[in-house]
Amino acid sequence: MFKGKKVIALGERDGVPGPAIAECMEAAGAEVVFQKTECFV
Amino acid sequence: MVPALRAASNVLVHVPDLVRYGSKPWRENSGGDAALAGALSRRLRSFAEAVAYPPNQVFIGNMAPGDLGEGPSPWYENPVPEASAKGAFGEILPQEDFYPLLEAADQFGLLLFGPDAPSGADAASAAAASLLEGSGPGKTGPGKRGREEEILGRIESGEALPLHRGGDLIGCVRRDHEADESLDARILLENLAAKASGAYALRHLLLQEEIAPEEIEYVISCSEEAVGDRYNRGGGNLAKAIAEMAGCAGAAGVDVKSFCAAPVYALVHAAALIRAGVVKNAVVVGGGSLAKLGMKAYFHIEKEMPVLEDVLGGIAFLLGSEGGGAPRVNLEITGHHGAGRPSTPQVMAEALVRDPLERAGRKICDIDKYAVELHNPEVTLPAGAGDVAATNYRTIAAMAVMKGEIAREEIPAFIESKGMPGFAPTQGHIPAGVPYLGHALVGMRAGDLRSTMVLAKGSLFLGRMSQQADGASVVVEV
Amino acid sequence: MDLENQAAIKKIADEVGADNLVVVLGMPGEGLRLAAETLTTGDPSWAGPLAGVSLGLPVYHILEERVRNHVPEDIYAEKLQMMEMVLDLPRIESDLAELRAAG
Repeated sequence: MFKGKKVIALGERDGVPGPAIAECMEAAGAEVVFQKTECFV
Repeated sequence: MVPALRAASNVLVHVPDLVRYGSKPWRENSGGDAALAGALSRRLRSFAEAVAYPPNQVFIGNMAPGDLGEGPSPWYENPVPEASAKGAFGEILPQEDFYPLLEAADQFGLLLFGPDAPSGADAASAAAASLLEGSGPGKTGPGKRGREEEILGRIESGEALPLHRGGDLIGCVRRDHEADESLDARILLENLAAKASGAYALRHLLLQEEIAPEEIEYVISCSEEAVGDRYNRGGGNLAKAIAEMAGCAGAAGVDVKSFCAAPVYALVHAAALIRAGVVKNAVVVGGGSLAKLGMKAYFHIEKEMPVLEDVLGGIAFLLGSEGGGAPRVNLEITGHHGAGRPSTPQVMAEALVRDPLERAGRKICDIDKYAVELHNPEVTLPAGAGDVAATNYRTIAAMAVMKGEIAREEIPAFIESKGMPGFAPTQGHIPAGVPYLGHALVGMRAGDLRSTMVLAKGSLFLGRMSQQADGASVVVEV
Repeated sequence: MDLENQAAIKKIADEVGADNLVVVLGMPGEGLRLAAETLTTGDPSWAGPLAGVSLGLPVYHILEERVRNHVPEDIYAEKLQMMEMVLDLPRIESDLAELRAAG
């Protein structure tokens, strides 16, 4: 499903942060083109 | 010496006419959207409304955090009857008495007020009144007034920003260098607001505990502002400026920074200095964040709520040595997050909660109350920012499940018993667990509470220097 | 959703094209709907660069069953497992299902 796809990983500090999403997606065969962590407070 | 938490003070400053200088409203309004600016001013609260707002009453100690969960909601529609601006360990200051404090904080003639500006002569707050009495060297001070054309001239030339009381212009704040963005008018107002609200919190603490300012040996500021000029932006030492303004003439000062985690670091550092015998006492102080005023205001306006981010927070904590029943700051149980570790909530919970407790031979369930980042959910939820405190409590509970201390079905009961609803204004470092310490002291004096772990996280990635988050924790217990 | 992130994502979508691009989110709660909506039909708060821009990107949450099943077990255990207990999984599934149905 994610193999060969370009992925934007947008995480949150208290949820799943950007780098963790990126690592999971790369392991799933995707290419991460943008990753960021948001903080709403 | 065994370091102990001797006193806590939480103050709020209601500044409806400074909300426009919060980073978000400022950016939106600079786009020239008059309708937006109008909507904002119509949704601002009166001082009485801010005082009667239940989370604010909890912040200053007139209600317990748990009362919020039991009371009717939404809180902004259910004011506390006959609410007082004076609390068990804090108070709420009106804007009218804060303008003179800003003026007293200004040693460089940055502010210019007109003849109608408040003098603070009738300030109901003893802390504010006492700060206005003691004037430092070089202080311009309330009382010296500018003429209206002078104020208008500064604003029209683009060097100054207007200061208002409702619809009336009463003064201005100017930049101090044409080409130095670090000395821009709004930045200087931010820094003065942090200094004045921090000094107010500190003076309130001293009056509350009947301690002479000269007795304080060390002041650590955990405020977030980047004080400095263009060659040393963020150079800091707001602590010393706050100590000076509060009359702590003999105190050394230093800033501790790590975004919203700073207050917990500051507590640990202050306690460590006392334990090492470097000083006998130290104060941790945090002034309010002007930049965060009205951060989520447009979501509130859209939902026809009042603009709830209309207060600056101020916190001050006195640390000294054990005795007289004061709870110790237990440096055997402090948590830090290693610079190379992943910044996931799980790793953070291991570093801040599981590991330090394990090292001390304690269980997660041994701690009576966890004080996490206590952001008021009524402010964050309408903006899609979640309930920060609730999410953090679920993370700690999940960690207890993974350790086998509780069953998965016991998560809600764990949170009910060890957590609390968020009640602090969304002022970055102000909600960082520490606003609970005043309540903890009350509980410990009454024998209802034995231990609390204070923990907070900082979003380092916001500064673009690291993808990391940070965090710190420490246990306070009798 | 953060305005700078909106701008950055818009730029990537313009450059890479929406066809081969997927967004994976990690918000804990209420932010998810807002972010997903922003990246599909446009910024509902009308404040950011994606106001009125319908990117129509496929949006997932990392903890949706159909996504987390693609993550190798060891990495899953290290990065995501505990968050299963923290985040409201049924709500994540239903929020995204609703948005997909509406879109």
